[in-house]
Amino acid sequence: MISATHYLTLAAILFAIGTVGVITRRNVITMFMCVELMLNAVNLTFITFSRFLDQIDGQIFVLFVMTVAAAEAAVGLALIVVLSRHTGTLDVDQANTMKW
Amino acid sequence: MTLIVFYGLAATAVTAAILVVLMSRVVYSALALIVCFGATAGLFFQLGAQFIAAVQVIVYAGAIMVLFLFVIMLLDPASEVFLPSRLKRVPVFALACAVLFTLVLLEAADRWAAAQVFTDSIAGTERSSGPGGEIETLAHSLFRDYLLPFEVTSILILVAVLGAVVLTRQHHETE
Repeated sequence: MISATHYLTLAAILFAIGTVGVITRRNVITMFMCVELMLNAVNLTFITFSRFLDQIDGQIFVLFVMTVAAAEAAVGLALIVVLSRHTGTLDVDQANTMKW
Repeated sequence: MTLIVFYGLAATAVTAAILVVLMSRVVYSALALIVCFGATAGLFFQLGAQFIAAVQVIVYAGAIMVLFLFVIMLLDPASEVFLPSRLKRVPVFALACAVLFTLVLLEAADRWAAAQVFTDSIAGTERSSGPGGEIETLAHSLFRDYLLPFEVTSILILVAVLGAVVLTRQHHETE
């Protein structure tokens, strides 16, 4: 007997771990992966509610979240490549100027 | 049985997520993230969302993570340098944020459970046992009720592809 609380608690824990990663890490790629982790936790919440409210809409939303995450990954990684070429490092603390 | 599977998948997902945050090398973080996505796909499957589980493995653990690994390989000399965590400088802030998030989300989950809006156990609802099952319902909803957002998504992906190409090309021209 698994209740919805089990899944929601797990999603909350995963989201919190992702938040800690975004706040504490300095490597920009790791921070980006932690954002993906948070999106994944949200997806788990969506699927849980879709299941326990017996509505399909949650799964549709997850599909859209995944699409946006894919687009975000493409643009974000392109930005990371450009950033590392300009600054020569992946440290976000070095990216502290708006214009080179 | 399902409870054992759930706890196994949940432990795997949480462990992998912690490793994503703690690993010093970016490549190891990416590999841990793939494991985490795989465990989540298993949870999706357990929740009866077979199609989403397949998409999770193909798109997330497959396509997106391969993109990540390509970029990590591309920037390898830079990623060799271990960047120490920021945790030393703002320990209280980071931990407080984490605790606060967890508490807020746990409270929200608790309220939902208390509201009894949904059936309390996963064994209670067995739905959509037709020929297409879950996927048929999903397709009906996606291509009828959510057709416009679905089409707009294609524009978004087009813009994202163009944006990625433009961003990375600009630098070649200046060199």
